[in-house]
Amino acid sequence: MAASSETELRRTALHDRHVEAGARLVPFAGWEMPVEYGPTRLIAEHRAVREAAGVFDVSHMGQIETSGPQALDALQRLLSNDVAALPIGGAQYSVMCREDGGVLDDLITYRLAPDRFLTVTNAANHERDVAWFRDHAGGLDAHVEDVAERYAALAVQGPRAREVVQAISDAPLPERLTVGERTIAGARMLVCATGYTGESGVELLLDPADAPRIWDEVVRRGATPAGLGARDTLRLEACYCLYGNELGEERGPIEAGLGWCCKEDTGFVGAEAVRAARVAGTAECLVPFRLTGPGIARPGNAVAGGGVVTSGTLSPMLGVGIGMAYVPAERAEPGVAIEIDVRGKLRSAMVSSKPLYAKESDG
Amino acid sequence: MADAGYPDDLLYHPEHDWVRIDPADPDVATFGVTWFAQDALGEVVFFDPPSVGSTVTAGEAYAEVESVKAVSDVIAPLSGEIVEVNAALGDGPEAINEDPYGEGWMVRVRLSDPSERDALLDAAAYSATLS
Repeated sequence: MAASSETELRRTALHDRHVEAGARLVPFAGWEMPVEYGPTRLIAEHRAVREAAGVFDVSHMGQIETSGPQALDALQRLLSNDVAALPIGGAQYSVMCREDGGVLDDLITYRLAPDRFLTVTNAANHERDVAWFRDHAGGLDAHVEDVAERYAALAVQGPRAREVVQAISDAPLPERLTVGERTIAGARMLVCATGYTGESGVELLLDPADAPRIWDEVVRRGATPAGLGARDTLRLEACYCLYGNELGEERGPIEAGLGWCCKEDTGFVGAEAVRAARVAGTAECLVPFRLTGPGIARPGNAVAGGGVVTSGTLSPMLGVGIGMAYVPAERAEPGVAIEIDVRGKLRSAMVSSKPLYAKESDG
Repeated sequence: MADAGYPDDLLYHPEHDWVRIDPADPDVATFGVTWFAQDALGEVVFFDPPSVGSTVTAGEAYAEVESVKAVSDVIAPLSGEIVEVNAALGDGPEAINEDPYGEGWMVRVRLSDPSERDALLDAAAYSATLS
């Protein structure tokens, strides 16, 4: 068992709700966060999101607001995607790179107004991101503000998630990959039709003071409280990258399979390195895999013949070990058999296509 | 999940393992993990048993249990040779959560040094280590 952290952990506005619900709380990126709501709840929480609706407290994630006449120019320099193509009310995924193409963070940016953008950061990277934003917006007529304290965040996800939130919304919810202000159960907030589970749903960015009441309301209407444990198994079945596992400063977006969100012609920081990697190819590529026999691969396990597992778990929906790994580029094809050294035992696996789990197929 | 508890008829190793010794056959012991261990693990989804005939050493790992989130070693409370493994845990590892002292047993071991049992704890002494 891990020893409890000596440093003071931050608590979200929903901390009391988690304690009341019997959550197992763990340190995560400086926050005390629920991993599951009871000692054997993870798989049930995962299934609730796949089959009905779940609600996650994601208030640990950070937000940066970039505004002003040259806000777009600043973000075009900071972010890998073509921010100019982002319509007002739209959402866009991107990575932020160093000059050498190493990934500093992966981010979602919402365009709230022509000259006002909100970027959601990973908790562990937030402070570095804010500093990086400020450095690279210097000299431009753009204002970078750390607004993480302003928001609590709830992710309501699953096939019934929109219906749960729609019932307490003053207007139709934003369509997929768009954002808008709505009044939900009397509280004004940003409603973002985005998520990290492979299901439909919304993410609510709201005043922390309103968060407990809105949490209670969506739970009362049928959303199952779900912790970071289920969030991780859900995103892995959907093959979404997790910063710190699949992504880091030592890896570039091309090898991570994120070339689709890199538009080198915009001249973002790191664009030349990304272009070079795209043209020349990379030595390794990130692939999803599933075990073809028993066993569960874990991060850090070596792939026989080269490569390393970045994430690994048991898929609650498939009932087999799944994960993602960097493997030599010539082996990065669905159907290729690989072997993974799981604590001294070679376990058989197969490179799969994305996503690892999808409702409309047999997985 | 089972209710918390530490039966009086078992012996305990501080690494959260229990031992059952049948007075009729005191050379063979049954091993498993305690309520505390399964609660800390969360829902067990995989049990990787050792093979029958292999030897185990007191204080060293002899098997692995995995929850969705993590893998943990299972520590042998006594030394000996494995004579039986609970094959039912292959398809139903959740028995470790649901019935840790019954259907969740892991292996039976022919003891090589029965005097090692003197170092184990009774239920009261083990419970005291948890508080």
